[in-house]
Amino acid sequence: MENFPWLTVLMVVPLIGAIVVALLPSGSSGRPWRPVALGVSLVALLISIGAALQFTSGSADQFQLVEKHQWIPQFGVSYALGVDGIALSLIVMSAILVPVCLLAMWDEFPGGGGREKNYFALTLLLEAFIVGVFAATDVFLFYVFFEAMLIPVYFLIGWFGGEGRQKAALKFLLFSLAGGLVMLAAVIGVYFQGPQGGEGFLVENLTGLSMGQNTERLLFLGFFIAFAVKAPMWPVHTWLPDAAAASRPATATLLVGVLDKVGTFGMIRFCLQLFPNASQWATPVVIVLAIISIVYGAVLAIGQDDLMRLIAYTSISHFGFIVLGIFVMTSTAGAGASLYMVNHGFGTAALFLIAGMLIARRGSTKISDYGGWQKIAPGLAGVFLLSGLAGLALPGLGSFVSEFLVIVGSFQHSKWAGAFAVTGMVLAATYIMWLYKRMMTGPTPELATPVRDITIREKVVVAPLIAAFLVLGFFPKPVLDVINPAVQQTLQIVGVSDPQPTHPTAATTGSNNR
Amino acid sequence: MNQEFTMVEINYWAIAPLLVVVAGALIGVLVEAFVARASRHNVQLGVGLVTYLAALVVLLAKSRTEHGLTMGGSVVIDGPSVFLMAVILCFALLSLLVMAERFGGPAADAFTPMGAATPGSDLERSAESAGWGTTEAVPLMMISVVGMMLFVSSGDLLTMFVALEVLSLPLYVLTGLARRRRLLSQEAALKYFLLGSFSSAFFLFGAALLYGYAGSVDIARIALAIGAASPVLDGLLLPGVALVLIGLLFKVGAVPFHAWTPDAYQGAPTPVTGFMAAATKIAAFGAILRLAYVGLSGNRWDWEPALIAIAALTMVIGAVMTVTQTDVKRLLAYSSIAHAGFILVAVMSFDVTGVSGAMFYLVCYGFTTIAAFALVTLVRHEGSEATDLSQWAGLGRRSPVVAGAFAICLLAFAGIPLTSGFTAKFAAFAPAISHGGAAGAWLVVIGVLASAVTAYVYFRIIVTMFFEEGAGDVVAITPSTLTTIAIAIGLVLTILLGVLPGPVLEAATQSAQFLR
Repeated sequence: MENFPWLTVLMVVPLIGAIVVALLPSGSSGRPWRPVALGVSLVALLISIGAALQFTSGSADQFQLVEKHQWIPQFGVSYALGVDGIALSLIVMSAILVPVCLLAMWDEFPGGGGREKNYFALTLLLEAFIVGVFAATDVFLFYVFFEAMLIPVYFLIGWFGGEGRQKAALKFLLFSLAGGLVMLAAVIGVYFQGPQGGEGFLVENLTGLSMGQNTERLLFLGFFIAFAVKAPMWPVHTWLPDAAAASRPATATLLVGVLDKVGTFGMIRFCLQLFPNASQWATPVVIVLAIISIVYGAVLAIGQDDLMRLIAYTSISHFGFIVLGIFVMTSTAGAGASLYMVNHGFGTAALFLIAGMLIARRGSTKISDYGGWQKIAPGLAGVFLLSGLAGLALPGLGSFVSEFLVIVGSFQHSKWAGAFAVTGMVLAATYIMWLYKRMMTGPTPELATPVRDITIREKVVVAPLIAAFLVLGFFPKPVLDVINPAVQQTLQIVGVSDPQPTHPTAATTGSNNR
Repeated sequence: MNQEFTMVEINYWAIAPLLVVVAGALIGVLVEAFVARASRHNVQLGVGLVTYLAALVVLLAKSRTEHGLTMGGSVVIDGPSVFLMAVILCFALLSLLVMAERFGGPAADAFTPMGAATPGSDLERSAESAGWGTTEAVPLMMISVVGMMLFVSSGDLLTMFVALEVLSLPLYVLTGLARRRRLLSQEAALKYFLLGSFSSAFFLFGAALLYGYAGSVDIARIALAIGAASPVLDGLLLPGVALVLIGLLFKVGAVPFHAWTPDAYQGAPTPVTGFMAAATKIAAFGAILRLAYVGLSGNRWDWEPALIAIAALTMVIGAVMTVTQTDVKRLLAYSSIAHAGFILVAVMSFDVTGVSGAMFYLVCYGFTTIAAFALVTLVRHEGSEATDLSQWAGLGRRSPVVAGAFAICLLAFAGIPLTSGFTAKFAAFAPAISHGGAAGAWLVVIGVLASAVTAYVYFRIIVTMFFEEGAGDVVAITPSTLTTIAIAIGLVLTILLGVLPGPVLEAATQSAQFLR
């Protein structure tokens, strides 16, 4: 199994699955596309686990499971894949989330038919692109996936979403595309700063270049703007609430939980690694923007009456934390930010999917239309509370470890950055607890039709997510062990060392939980 | 002074492709005169296909290796001219397949039964009911193709001017031959003709001034004269260059010489529009490249700033004006203007990679454009083309294949990766950044921003087609096998050039060196 192309297979399986699902006749009885798509996504999950088992943490190479072939030598483009710990954990997270999302969509299209089939096919296609974007170790290849990914999401929102889907889809696309096209100029630019030639776009060939100060800064900005739009950071975040509100919950999960990670992942992989000096130059501004995102997202979340928009704003706040963790450039915060990406994926997925279950029952996304649901749907209320608590980083649940690491790392960088970040935790408690109060507590609601509590299928949807909260909350060591070397390596390239070299181990953070 | 007349040497193998197409066009004219009306359509189609294929075979088998100047330097066979001629022939072949579409009728659907009849007259009606058709469109197109092939391979300004006229005049006629909306079509033809003549006059005047400056119309001699710098007649050089370039920029539809494009594109029969957009553009850019890189590069510092400004304007105005369009043909016309701007960015790099980048862009753009316009011909409302975008609402539900194919074209126009539009954009922008200096980098930034603007338009069309419900009376009709083949080739190449552009890029790179 030494040379088995794990990552290519992981990409090709969902791709073929998408084609097979799309080619199934729309009229077939029994809606065969659902089990086929779910089966394919489970196979992909198994492959991703297989790939993870091949990965040895602490290896001297930056990338493992590497594959490299010539693609467009005239442009200097290779088909080069490989993962470090961060990319691997994000890929495994995505591979877990896709079957969960498919299962969540099981009964969303009452009539079945071609529409449902297209939804399942597009989701699988998206999974193939997700793997590609995290695994690409060639800047051009990354860009190809980065942009191509927009198309399935565009259709998932615009075709299947709710009210305002057309506008939301277009807005999402234009923001991403505008950022992406600016990045294209920088992608071309960085190639000509490097060694050029047939493999000139490989990340390893573009790392550690010496370029002019202004050139480096401009190129950095080209990449950073695209990633900031994607992440999304204040002030280029406005597309996210619209897109999330107009999407189906499972689409919103993949959009916010996975796709937006490409932004923060890109900051680590490309901004920090390719343009270390410019990254340090930009740090003060980025930190300020990140803190604004944290506070602004949280404050707006408090003020929302739309459930989906509220979750979207909480994500803006959380992405602020992640960006902060990346740009304070301490190993603690970097590990925290990377772990946060994984945690946030599961946390957001749980919130969006359970919100979807509630919306399916009540037929409304307005928080004020709920109240007292704890009494009529205690199971749902319970898992909703648990997901909310994970979102506000309650100790023992996944986000706590990562948020704590980010804040500790921020204090190492500067006191005030840490101090502002802490306010985000307070505000998070406010919006989550108030949300729960408004929706779940109060007098028993009088509804025309009785509401079913959480079904078996929905339990199966929620169970892996809650398991992830608990595992990552109590025993994040395996993930941290994979992530830490990658963070160290990146920081080494940037050329910063920690003010006080503290290396948190899972044991110490784990004991903090008790 | 009595000079002995020496006959120029002619390398017939080198110009054989041109001769084949000329012969085909003449045969086409004879067919018009002698073949019975009922069988003319098929005969003309056969003559056209055979001619283009034969020319392509001769070009690739024989003329490709005959590099050199021939006919006393009037015709230059070198890498770019062979590459561009081959592509022009491919475009002509595909366009012919689309033009010949009958939709089950007796004659080509896109063309009026009788071009000379007054629109709405009894004569026109009787021609219609008799099932006549404008089969002379095929030889007209062949003559235009001859002009295009000569345009990209002409070695002196006079040959270039002749080629310009040969390629333009048939297009003016073809523009006025639309079957439906005849008045619009004739208006478009007249506008195109008037403005085209204007630009030809500019070109000719510029050529005369350059002759005055250099004492020759030969492009290579002009380059020598610029290198030698004769201060006496220096005043003629810049006006001459400016006027010649204006004439050429008109043909590619660069701002501010673009005003004819939307009208001509809208009024012309749609398959002709596709042909014009793809082939005229490539021919005109071929000429611009030769002039800019061979003839006038010596004093490019004088005119480069103006061309940079034109490139920037073309991208910005083309992109912004696309946003306001409601007619799909006008929209594609403005988008073609924006694309011309992107190609100009590659031209402005003044490097051999700029030549290959521009040529690659033209190939990608052309195939997608022909397919896109062919798809436009299929979308019908009560028998005539539904070109208003509001009529396309919900097309994705009713005709998913046509709407999906058109969406692929739009993605390519928008430059989304894994389509040819993206690799083309990369090929055009990369040389500008590596060799264009600061101006090149800024042009690329303007270019990517303009792409974002045009992307809005393309994705709005996708919204209209797929995400909106529409009235059910606009449908896509089923084309004949020939049109289907043309569309399929266009689409397959759109994807293929996006995923595996290597071979074509390699060919473009190998053919990027001009013979001086």
